[in-house]
Amino acid sequence: MPIWNKEAECATTETLQKLQLERLQKTVERVYARVPFYRKKLDAAGVTPDSITCLKDIAKLPFTTKGDLRETYPYGLLACEQNELVEIHTSSGTTGTPVVAAYTENDLAMWGEVMARTLSMAGCEKGDTVQNGYGYGMFTGGLGIHHGARCLGANILPISSGNTRRQLQMMRDFGPTLLTCTPSYSLFLAEAAREEGMDFRELPLKAGCFGAEPWSENMRVEIESKLDIKAYDIYGLTELIGPGVASECECQNGKHINEDYFYPEIINPETGEVLADGEKGELVITSLQREGSPVIRFRTRDITYMMREPCACGRTTVRIHRLLGRTDDLMIIRGVNCFPSQIENVLMRIEGTQPHYQIVIDRGATHLDEIEIRVEVEDAIFSDVTSTLERLRKRIHDELKSELGISAHIKLVEPRSIQRSEGKAQRIIDKRSL
Amino acid sequence: MIIKQISIFMENTTGRLADVTDLLARAGINLRAISIADTTDFGILRMVADQPEEAVRLLRNAGFTARETDVIGVEVPDHPGELARIMALFRAEGVSIEYLYASLEHKEDKAVIVLKVDDIKAGLAMLEKHGFSTIPSF
Repeated sequence: MPIWNKEAECATTETLQKLQLERLQKTVERVYARVPFYRKKLDAAGVTPDSITCLKDIAKLPFTTKGDLRETYPYGLLACEQNELVEIHTSSGTTGTPVVAAYTENDLAMWGEVMARTLSMAGCEKGDTVQNGYGYGMFTGGLGIHHGARCLGANILPISSGNTRRQLQMMRDFGPTLLTCTPSYSLFLAEAAREEGMDFRELPLKAGCFGAEPWSENMRVEIESKLDIKAYDIYGLTELIGPGVASECECQNGKHINEDYFYPEIINPETGEVLADGEKGELVITSLQREGSPVIRFRTRDITYMMREPCACGRTTVRIHRLLGRTDDLMIIRGVNCFPSQIENVLMRIEGTQPHYQIVIDRGATHLDEIEIRVEVEDAIFSDVTSTLERLRKRIHDELKSELGISAHIKLVEPRSIQRSEGKAQRIIDKRSL
Repeated sequence: MIIKQISIFMENTTGRLADVTDLLARAGINLRAISIADTTDFGILRMVADQPEEAVRLLRNAGFTARETDVIGVEVPDHPGELARIMALFRAEGVSIEYLYASLEHKEDKAVIVLKVDDIKAGLAMLEKHGFSTIPSF
């Protein structure tokens, strides 16, 4: 398959490292000069831009956490003038204050470039049509793909997420060759197509780029067989740029990091110590050429390891293994981030629903994430009238919906029916094979 | 008169009803009326027994959420139109009925209906005023 930018993606280690060091130095200079938040942090760590003389020196720099990005909402980390901005995205903010991604013209061009590489890896070129089923809006998914397809010169169907019937209609009428959406939604589409008697083998669709939620190798097998396509895993974060940080090539063996723009490290999440290639730990990324929202040593909380062995595709960039977990208990449900503690907070406000509840996440017949919250009916909430209990269910459902944007099935269960280990209820059961 | 109904929360699982009836049978508790309200996920078992307090104690010890609920047992003459007459009274007086079910009790030519109303005092007074008798217990 063609490589979008051979010079960058197949650079020698020497060339790449030279470029990375130059860009790292510039980035540190930029944030030190323009962002008081970073200047304070660097000063506290006793580091100045001059301290960076080789790539290893990056370990001297302090980490940036999601919390830091929130505290500085909305413009606290801006490293350019406001009138240089051309686009802004934010995270959904379901787990707290949203995180802001601000883009200058150059940032947007870079985003287009890394996304063009991503789409190329899936075999997309000029003449291809991309059905973009990621949400358009503040979310980075929709427009990230869009900018990439523009840069590449492909044709775009900007249908956004949802509206399943119409998605299938577009597929039949315009014959897209590439599908981009969440992996679970692709299976949902397959199911809906089957019900309409539509056969994917008769469509020109050849590949899909899937991300924004964790998925497994088993799911890949299922998507590839049901949609009759090759399914590629893509990785990105609002904090760094959105999609385009790392993507799978045709070898489907780890995601190539766009190392000329994103410097990856794997650290021990407890000690912060940098680990060697192949060792499992938390992925930390530094942006190397962002102007609007550069970020230094961002802790992704994602656990993986780096694969430095040469890849058969010819690219020399390092790969990260499929994500192995999180360092926190973040759950991603239908692309919405939430922590169990947030569900707990909602339940806490509703008298009598504590302390015995359980969250069960599964992918049902629809292949979409389904969340069930089991609440034990103790004396305090029991009523001999069904409508009273139904009202309670509805209240829990509605408050979770308005607070977290997730629609959960609330199941009232008998006391002591939730398994306890050493007296403590097991809070989360994730049945999805991620 | 107010009588005590036993209300039990139950998940819709096979055999759960058997657990309850078995428990009560072994304690020699006699059931006089029984009904289940069911939803997709759960049900509420309502029954009237000869030893309500003891029944609730046993059920709670066995891990059920159970409680006593105040209800009315009204004697209804066993011929057409009688229940309709009672319902019309409730409508006229604005007392709402949350649920009702029939009991196994049958005295001469009268049936006993178990009623749960939103205002039990008003319900009782109204029934007595119109000459209906309510039973003190089963």
